[in-house]
Amino acid sequence: MKKILFSLLLLLPLSVAASGGGFKLEDADIDLSDSAMLERGAKHYVTYCLGCHSAKHIRYKRIAIDLQLDEAEILKNVAPLGAGIYDQMHSAMNSHDAEKWYGTNPPDLSLIARSRGADWLYTYLKSFYTEKGKPTGVNNAVFPDVAMPNVFWQLQGTQTAVTKNIDGQEVITELKLTEPGQLSPQEFDKMVNELVNFLVYVGEPVQLERQQMGKYVLFFILMFIVLAYLLKKEYWKDVH
Amino acid sequence: MKKRLNQCSEWLLERFPISDLWNEHMAHYYAPKNFNVWYFFGSLALLVLVNQFITGILLTMNYKPDAKLAFDSVEYIMRDVNWGWLVRYMHSTGASAFFIVVYLHMFRGLIYGSFKQPRELIWIFGMLIFVCLMAEAFMGYLLPWGQMSYWGAQVIISLFSAIPVVGDELSLWIRGDYVVSDATLNRFFAFHVIAVPLVLLILVFLHIVALHEVGSNNPDGIEIKEKLSWKGTPLDGIPFHPYYTVKDIVGVGVFMFFFAAVIFYMPELGGYFLEHANFIPADPLKTPEHIAPVWYFTPFYAILRAVPDKFAGVIAMGGAIVVLFMLPWLDRSKVKSVRYRGGIFKKALLLFVIAFVGLGYLGTQPATPGATTVARILTAVYFGFFLLMPLYTRWEKTKPVPERVTENLTLEERIPMLKAIIDEVILTEETPGMMGATVVKRKPNYAGIQAVLIRFAKNLKKSLD
Repeated sequence: MKKILFSLLLLLPLSVAASGGGFKLEDADIDLSDSAMLERGAKHYVTYCLGCHSAKHIRYKRIAIDLQLDEAEILKNVAPLGAGIYDQMHSAMNSHDAEKWYGTNPPDLSLIARSRGADWLYTYLKSFYTEKGKPTGVNNAVFPDVAMPNVFWQLQGTQTAVTKNIDGQEVITELKLTEPGQLSPQEFDKMVNELVNFLVYVGEPVQLERQQMGKYVLFFILMFIVLAYLLKKEYWKDVH
Repeated sequence: MKKRLNQCSEWLLERFPISDLWNEHMAHYYAPKNFNVWYFFGSLALLVLVNQFITGILLTMNYKPDAKLAFDSVEYIMRDVNWGWLVRYMHSTGASAFFIVVYLHMFRGLIYGSFKQPRELIWIFGMLIFVCLMAEAFMGYLLPWGQMSYWGAQVIISLFSAIPVVGDELSLWIRGDYVVSDATLNRFFAFHVIAVPLVLLILVFLHIVALHEVGSNNPDGIEIKEKLSWKGTPLDGIPFHPYYTVKDIVGVGVFMFFFAAVIFYMPELGGYFLEHANFIPADPLKTPEHIAPVWYFTPFYAILRAVPDKFAGVIAMGGAIVVLFMLPWLDRSKVKSVRYRGGIFKKALLLFVIAFVGLGYLGTQPATPGATTVARILTAVYFGFFLLMPLYTRWEKTKPVPERVTENLTLEERIPMLKAIIDEVILTEETPGMMGATVVKRKPNYAGIQAVLIRFAKNLKKSLD
């Protein structure tokens, strides 16, 4: 026990350099004030992600409130058939099946944008490339050997990796689109961006409200400082 | 009505010395009049303590100390509880703010010699508060039950297993299980919410009682009680209330401004206040790539990693804190304040600050061979500052200490000086523009910037002599 934990202590910090991957992340364009974009993102999430990934910390009701959508509208346009307005975004897949099919449980994505960051998600979702010998037929440049298949393959098309030999290691320098999909690269980028935008919102639904509130709080505190300072000056007049 | 009120207050005063207490600790407690900005952090620490108590109580109303429910209950607070996000961010930001404030408070004591005779006991109580605070923060960090909570606790508790003979049994006893588990979470919750806060409160009480017995130190390191007026009050002292209560309120305002800026705009502070990996639920089977403690533990974590042997590392980490307790007896100088101390102490202090901040940075980074070498050097500097202190302070050439406290520059006096510097580094050009308006163009004045930097470097060098 002692030995295992000690080696753990020493090895862990070292392994981060190895796991960085080094694949350059692209910038996601996040705009949480754009409700239409968030609604499209929610729709993409239900269509492409919810089959396997729950987002159990958010309710359809909350999305309706935050995006100022009608409850009936969100049930019709966004939520899967049969979901109620107070339901959390649960996945239909059970963990037993998931274990059998993928060898792992697809994680809940409620907080994925907070642990991974928007840019990572955006690049990750775009970085699947074909590799022979993989169970899903694809690998990922950002997250090597990920168990997840490329759910966007019809939309994105097929990518192959262009590699370069650096210090005796094959390193992926870029991904080339070899077979076009249903969407053009620009349309596909836009779609992934909308999805990531939704995930950022789900990570912390209150963040837009929080930032809007912040300026009033800071202004109030500034006024308080001015008053407090004047009070202090008045009291300290006679101190020499 | 008025008569009734008077009767009530008389009834109370006959039975409880409330006015005596008020006078002794506020209205007739004389504090030196030359406190500078460093003296805000004591009252701010008290403010943050109150903040942690109130937000902590509110959080326990919805938090569930259960390995199956803990993570989800925190997210429930963040999303479904009214204003739960604000309370949680106030508590998480408050934890980091506590350490910022306490580190600055301790540094104040270090530079102005507030730990020296006759205030050794205040320093000891303060150090006990610091140790309690570390225990409180460490146990509180497990409660959200994220990956970093879990693995951080796993690593730190495993340190106890390095102790010879009883180590393994001891760490098992602390965890209550072979790995960090529900049993660990429950006992940490009990300690975090009841045991440690109680001890903390008692220690803060003792810290303040001890302080008010001997009186506050000041930036000049002079005992104000030695020069009394005909009334028997210190000539250089002013009553704590109202003078320092109104002054501390200004400090509270400035602190709240930064505190609110973090809460409302950057509650994670780039992963330093809330680590990114802690948004993943704890998974005993999946070790995160990089386990780093929260920033306030990183200097000590870097010392632990710098020592090649694990047990020796644990000893070094503990020693880094124990040596702080001994500070009042390590320092042999007769002069308290850094203002009148010899150059060798000032240089040692500068090296110590560099070592502490450097170790703090290295503790957040992966331990590459190069980083480990630097961490070893800085660890040597850290210990050298304390252990060589009896030697270099005994013979340091101190400057004469004034009889009475010196005046500080007020804010109004500082503003013109700041404005002069700004004028020096920025070139302003006014050209007539359209429709009689003047267009003001500003650009950096490189010669001016150079002059200011050289002056700054010269002043720094002079102040180190």
